[in-house]
Amino acid sequence: MQQTEFLNVVLPFKDKLYRLAKRLLVSKEEAEDATQEILLKLWSKNSMMEGYSNVEAYAMMMTKNFCLDRLKSKQAGNLKLVHSNYKDENVSLQNQLEVSDSLSWIERIMEELPEQQKMVIQLRDVEQYEFEEIAELLDMSATAVRVTLSRARKTVREKLVQKHNYGIG
Amino acid sequence: MELDNIEKLLEKYFEATATVAEEEILREYFAKEDVPLHLKEYAPMFQYFSMAKDEKFTKKVPLKPRKRSYIKWISVAAVSVLIFGIYFGRSYQEQREAEYAYQETKKALSLLASNLGKGTEKVAYLREFEETKQKIYNKN
Repeated sequence: MQQTEFLNVVLPFKDKLYRLAKRLLVSKEEAEDATQEILLKLWSKNSMMEGYSNVEAYAMMMTKNFCLDRLKSKQAGNLKLVHSNYKDENVSLQNQLEVSDSLSWIERIMEELPEQQKMVIQLRDVEQYEFEEIAELLDMSATAVRVTLSRARKTVREKLVQKHNYGIG
Repeated sequence: MELDNIEKLLEKYFEATATVAEEEILREYFAKEDVPLHLKEYAPMFQYFSMAKDEKFTKKVPLKPRKRSYIKWISVAAVSVLIFGIYFGRSYQEQREAEYAYQETKKALSLLASNLGKGTEKVAYLREFEETKQKIYNKN
């Protein structure tokens, strides 16, 4: 497989890999590095890639494993992930200030979720994967995915309501 | 979309029993401005998910053009041919040397044998002489 051909295969899902990595690693730089690493790994064994029916699922699984390993080694080394991208640069309009504030609040709520819930909610609510796909990716049963997702969504809602009631925003 | 339906979908959403299509309806609904007050608190959640999907991976990935793998195999083959060549070449050389040494030894041995034959001939003369000498002694 040639370079352009490889890029064409990878193009549709490279953003998904990045978003999953960012969800888990939080830091933008870490997530970029992780995504780069995964793409290079894919490239280095791209003769094998043609044998895979679903390259995207394979790549997502690689990303998941890579990030979890990364987090584990960080924890073992007693290092904290350092990141400086709490502020969301996407929404800068004045009248959207309040909205963007609650959006970054949600981002923070998401960061506090356990890893499993983070991944499930990322894959479902952001990437719109089917339960079966998520189940396969995360090596869980479809029912377990459902339960985890419901729990994650309710947690987000709860924290959001709390924040509303305190009127911090 | 009527409010009733949305509320039902929300309930399903939090129980995680809504389908992807139904969740899409919710996202579209909350993307709009005119959301009733009691549902407003859910709006940021759905807006966040839509926004999160827009994030792009912008870093360039330096893909090295891969070396063709058969060059590697050719070099492996060449090296093994060389090693075998040296090994068999040497054993052939040794065999030839051994043959040469054998021939030389054989030559030397046959030379020795012929000289030994000459020696016995001379000894035969000596015996003749001895016999004659005995005859002479016996006569006396």
